[in-house]
Amino acid sequence: MANLTINGKTFTLDVEPDTPLLWAIRENAGLTGTKYGCGIAQCGACTVHMDGVATRSCGISVAEAAGKKITTIEGLASGTTLHKVQEAWIAQDVPQCGYCQSGMIMAVAALLNDKPKPTDADIDEAITNICRCGTFQQVREAIHTIASA
Amino acid sequence: MNKHVSPKMNRRAFVIGTAAVGTGLAISFDPVFGGPAVARAADGSPEVNAWVAIRPDDTVVIRIARSEMGQGSLTGLAQLVAEELECDWTKVTTEFPSPGQNVARKRVWGDYSTGGSRGIRASQDYVRKGGATARVMLIQAAANEWKVPASECTAANSIITHTPSGKTTTYGKVADAAAKLTPPADVKLKDPKDWRLVGKGVKRLDTPDKVTGTTVYGIDVKLPGMLNAAIKDCPVTGGKLKSYDEAKIAGMKGVKKVLKVGDTAVAVVADTFWHAKTALDALPIVWDEGENAKVSSASIAKWLAEGLDGGQAYVGNSNGDTKAALAGAAKTIEAVYNYPYQNHATMEPMNATALYTADKCEVWCGTQNGEAAFAAVLEASELPAEKCDVNKLLLGGGFGRRGQTDYVRQAVLIAKQMPGTPIKLLWTREEDMTHGRYHPITQCKLTAGFDADNNLTAFHMRISGQSILASLRPDALVKGMDPATFAGLNAKGDAPFGYSVPNLLIEHSMRNPHIIPGFWRGVNVNQNAIYVECFMDELAHAAGQDPLEFRRKLMKDHPKHLAVLEAVAEKIGWSTAPPQGIYRGLAHFASYGSYVAAAAEISVTDGTKIKVHRIVAATDPGYAVNPAQIDRQIAGSFVYGLSGLFYGGITIKDGAVEQTNFDTYDSMRIAAMPKVESIVMPSGGFWGGVGEPTIGVAGPAVLNAYFAATGKRIRSVPLRDQNITFA
Repeated sequence: MANLTINGKTFTLDVEPDTPLLWAIRENAGLTGTKYGCGIAQCGACTVHMDGVATRSCGISVAEAAGKKITTIEGLASGTTLHKVQEAWIAQDVPQCGYCQSGMIMAVAALLNDKPKPTDADIDEAITNICRCGTFQQVREAIHTIASA
Repeated sequence: MNKHVSPKMNRRAFVIGTAAVGTGLAISFDPVFGGPAVARAADGSPEVNAWVAIRPDDTVVIRIARSEMGQGSLTGLAQLVAEELECDWTKVTTEFPSPGQNVARKRVWGDYSTGGSRGIRASQDYVRKGGATARVMLIQAAANEWKVPASECTAANSIITHTPSGKTTTYGKVADAAAKLTPPADVKLKDPKDWRLVGKGVKRLDTPDKVTGTTVYGIDVKLPGMLNAAIKDCPVTGGKLKSYDEAKIAGMKGVKKVLKVGDTAVAVVADTFWHAKTALDALPIVWDEGENAKVSSASIAKWLAEGLDGGQAYVGNSNGDTKAALAGAAKTIEAVYNYPYQNHATMEPMNATALYTADKCEVWCGTQNGEAAFAAVLEASELPAEKCDVNKLLLGGGFGRRGQTDYVRQAVLIAKQMPGTPIKLLWTREEDMTHGRYHPITQCKLTAGFDADNNLTAFHMRISGQSILASLRPDALVKGMDPATFAGLNAKGDAPFGYSVPNLLIEHSMRNPHIIPGFWRGVNVNQNAIYVECFMDELAHAAGQDPLEFRRKLMKDHPKHLAVLEAVAEKIGWSTAPPQGIYRGLAHFASYGSYVAAAAEISVTDGTKIKVHRIVAATDPGYAVNPAQIDRQIAGSFVYGLSGLFYGGITIKDGAVEQTNFDTYDSMRIAAMPKVESIVMPSGGFWGGVGEPTIGVAGPAVLNAYFAATGKRIRSVPLRDQNITFA
């Protein structure tokens, strides 16, 4: 059993302590917006915030996540008000297949939290998510649009 | 939606039929644009015809037969229907009719296959007719109600107006009456110059759910009582499952069942995927790998190299007497190139959910070919068509991989052993990387002859390597030849060669290793564009001529090819010197009915680190339905193609794929992304594809720029094997 705080709600989940956080979120908490892409923390599709830090949830066990404040894509908006990254993603028409975008949006939201006006170099360093559709040009433009707002 | 069982449906005939249509062969069907009996959508709103249902609140539901995998066809197809329907675009929503419904309604929605960049170009005509027919019927219904001639009424923005009286009504109010009318036998489509919605870069219809995590992909399906399956198929294609020791994982948490899937695979079914995967990893498995275990990348390379000179070859394009012209040439140039296996590596690994009972088999999955998936369900379940269906979901990437149905078949074979329990089968990334349908491997020898005045007189291109059709569609071979191999190299058709050379010979020595090939975004364009366009660059330099001028002389009879090439040359500033430290390269190609070109600007550090600063790209797809999405497809295709060029390459050891995940088969990140400037220049009069054509030109443009920077030719892909990386 593990107690996890996800999107401000406490979940008591029947999982082994070494279960990756990703699978506890998807299968036990039932929040499927966080995606499985590689399982080895390479692609970033499973990115969530853990105490505000962008974290690849496939590489973290529920034991390590216990007691931390976890935010998934479902918890990024404030009620019905979308987060500014989500708004920008819609305005810029960023997603193609969209599968990697939960993780991409979470990574960008964390970056903008740390650096509200990131340079291209900041973006290159912080955003290392894989997008096989190749939305990078729109991702970069959308980040700069938010930063200059 | 009402379901009608087609009484004459024969499973075997259907399976054969869809197998043929699944890869784009022409097969006739009769689109029914309405009829006296009113069909209703699930919510009860009337169908004006198969393509359009309208709710009382004026919401327009447009049916989309093709799949949406990120390429944007869902929005583009809806634009085409809405343009003719004259509906309010802000009230448009879409739905996928299921393949089972299509069969039951005599294929009213036509072909579902979404590959070959055909989604829009192959259905634009009948979907526009669907919209136009519905508009005529809606106007007629309003005219009947008002007892006025329909010719006195017009429609715009979902509002019908009787011009003389000024009376108005809305589509939602007359939809029920319209659905009862007999559809007009013929409707006139708009002249493209009158399009108001088509040609506009309107926003995608599927974006909002994708930014909130609410889109349900196949991997996200939840059904009551559902269990999860993890699978391992024999690592060597052609091998079999010999045995497994179930006792070793007895009692592992959550495990419900261990079972054989066909002759080659074993699956663990558990309460969660994590439990299924954990148990499967602990399960001792013995494979009978068979003869193919002797195959390696080295043995394949040797076999292909032998085909560059020896043995029989199929001729795809020829004119003149190339061998004689080469023998008599003042100067000859020769080069050998190669291009490796590539895996699709869609971000969402393969998966499907199946529920099998004695009288029904239903599947939920992302598929690029709903009808082929449906045929796979019939085959694996051994149930008749009226007892099967496939629920199509949005795809977490396709790129050609999800046109195949191996994962659908597996899910059904598992579910069939656990009747009444829905089973979600999910591949690990490792299973996905090692059981792909790989971009085929080839080598290519190119030989050119010049006369004493440096005019190109002969061009011989001999490809040696794997055919996709020989493996996946042997019925589509033409006297043994695979016509798809010659993408962009043909004398005519929708993928024509862009040069006129007095003596030309392009041929293919077919050699098919055991690795199963597949259609990988751009398919054979990827290597053919590198082979032709890098070699043309070599020839220009051998002739001491500017690469653009050299090409131009050979392209007089190819004005559409030339137009896109000149467009990129002009925009990148080819006629003026690049900034200090920046080097340029060009390429062009034609495929899937479209003409494309690219010009790249790069810098190189230490000869091994390439920074791609900028790529100017042009495409002439005939008509541009949504230029904003075309722009994204161009940039996206470059990410996919350049990832394959720099990082890709699937290799074989002991008959099995060596790469297992993104740590060994990497993909480009945002840091390496060049600025892509696209020129969408539709010239009209034909319908070309968008998703794939441009993928081929980024690679050769970058490689030609690398030569300009370093004086070195790269003739082998991937670049990582030569320790060349993104800067």
